[in-house]
Amino acid sequence: MARVWLFGEDVDTDQIVPGRYAPYMTSEEELPKHAFIEARPEFAREVRPGDIIVAGANFGCGSSREYAPKALKLCGVGAIIAPGFARIFFRNALNLGIPLFETDLTGVLRDGQEVTLDMERYVVVTDAGQEYPLKPPPDFVREIWEAGSTVAYFRRYGRLPGQRAREQGGE
Amino acid sequence: MGLTLSEQIISHAAGREVHAGDLVVVPVDCAMGVDSITPSIIDVMRNELGVERVFDPDKIAIIIDHVAPAVNIATANAQAKVRRFAMEQGIRHFYDVGRGVCHQVMIEEGLAGPGQIVIGSDSHSTSYGAVGAFGCGMGATDIALAWATGHTWLKVPETICIRARGNFSAGVTAKDLTLWVEQALGADGATYRAVEYHGVDMLSLASRQTLACMTTELGAKAGIIPPSGEVAERFRVPEWLRVDPNAQYERIVEVDLNSLVPLVAVSPRVDDVRPAAELGDIRVDQVFIGTCTNGRLEDLRMAARILRGRRVAPGVRMLVVPASSQVLMDAMADGTLAVLLEAGATIGTPGCGPCIGRHMGVLGDGEVAISTANRNFRGRMGSPNAEIYLGSPATAAASAVTGRITDPREFL
Repeated sequence: MARVWLFGEDVDTDQIVPGRYAPYMTSEEELPKHAFIEARPEFAREVRPGDIIVAGANFGCGSSREYAPKALKLCGVGAIIAPGFARIFFRNALNLGIPLFETDLTGVLRDGQEVTLDMERYVVVTDAGQEYPLKPPPDFVREIWEAGSTVAYFRRYGRLPGQRAREQGGE
Repeated sequence: MGLTLSEQIISHAAGREVHAGDLVVVPVDCAMGVDSITPSIIDVMRNELGVERVFDPDKIAIIIDHVAPAVNIATANAQAKVRRFAMEQGIRHFYDVGRGVCHQVMIEEGLAGPGQIVIGSDSHSTSYGAVGAFGCGMGATDIALAWATGHTWLKVPETICIRARGNFSAGVTAKDLTLWVEQALGADGATYRAVEYHGVDMLSLASRQTLACMTTELGAKAGIIPPSGEVAERFRVPEWLRVDPNAQYERIVEVDLNSLVPLVAVSPRVDDVRPAAELGDIRVDQVFIGTCTNGRLEDLRMAARILRGRRVAPGVRMLVVPASSQVLMDAMADGTLAVLLEAGATIGTPGCGPCIGRHMGVLGDGEVAISTANRNFRGRMGSPNAEIYLGSPATAAASAVTGRITDPREFL
């Protein structure tokens, strides 16, 4: 079971990891300890691998800093579900292989609720057995997830995701 | 079928016609890294991708601007790593402490041009749309892949067109237009999309940079202004890059520039925008004029126009950080700097400065700032308990004089 961490709209990269905790200022080992250090200080202490962030619109707005989603990945966050993501954050999280779903579940899931994320069927199942469907990702996104990250994808195929789509006629 | 400017630029790079929604891989004309992200870019390229040399050192720019000069041992070490890397790789377009804010330097050095694809490790890389480039901010992995391969992947964006008519009244600037657009579209109003500004041919390059820079705060992937006027005179514009009357826009937003007034984004939301005159009595502790949004000569001159013969109010500190060493020299040569200094301003090293709250000009608990920057997120400039208001250089200068957020038209 995963725990739901509920957030509001417009969670910016400074809330995810304030700039003064950048890895080059502290260290990469310290990075996950600073996730949501001001916005939700208990997060880094209590988050368990596989836990899910459920947030409002425009999650990850602000800086291009990839260490914001990286901190969440190092915390073991299993997926982030929000009606929409800031585009650089979307790309950074995708590049790191963190599953993102563009679905609004803020009105139906509670903070701290125990749920299961079914990555085969793209549904969230609550402790009460209720199922909420997730918007399925595009093919190229799923391919990056399957490889683990964009770097892993590149190392496996020797090319970037769009090139593969082109060769397969997938456009 | 007509093409938007983004579709034209990406089609040209891809070597075939592409449309919104297509996923493509394109060569980049330049990929830029800044001091705070480049250590990660180097690590991803070398340690994760296993690539030792950049694809072409002449298509890479590295600029030390975010925490410049270094504030502590950690930033000094990180910048030393970046400096060593630039030397080892033979990167000519390396600009060290004091040259200026990355986006300003890129334009001054001609590293972004009309019709090009330019990516940068700073989110405000949309700024290159000021010269008609497809400018796009990306993270460490994307820039590392570009440094290794010379390519990046893009989903061709839909475009929102901002169609302006008329002209600004006295005391109203491109910053007020961009704040109006923030309010009209909202902070995520252009997420995944490109923004095109039409009807702003009379604007200077500097004002276009303000507009293009701030499209990032709409969530935009790129913000492009068709090359014309000063830009068309200073840059070589390719034949194929022109507004296509049959282009398909997702949405067109009309704005009458004559009706705009000086605007302010209220802490802590960039899209909570109100007329400066209607804000009520808001005292300020710090006034900051600078950044990639508004740190150019025309911005400093506008501030000087208001501050000439006046003084910064007691208890208020006014920081001016020219966007580049070139801006600093020009402002020195034409007397602008002297006016600002006589009024009581402090001049900082060209770079990002107080905007990112990591060194010089950090706000303390309960302090209030008015800034010409692009973001007023909580904690952005220091204490999470500080308030950040955003306005034009004119509004910031007028506020410095009164110690309260002030409509600059009172002083014109």
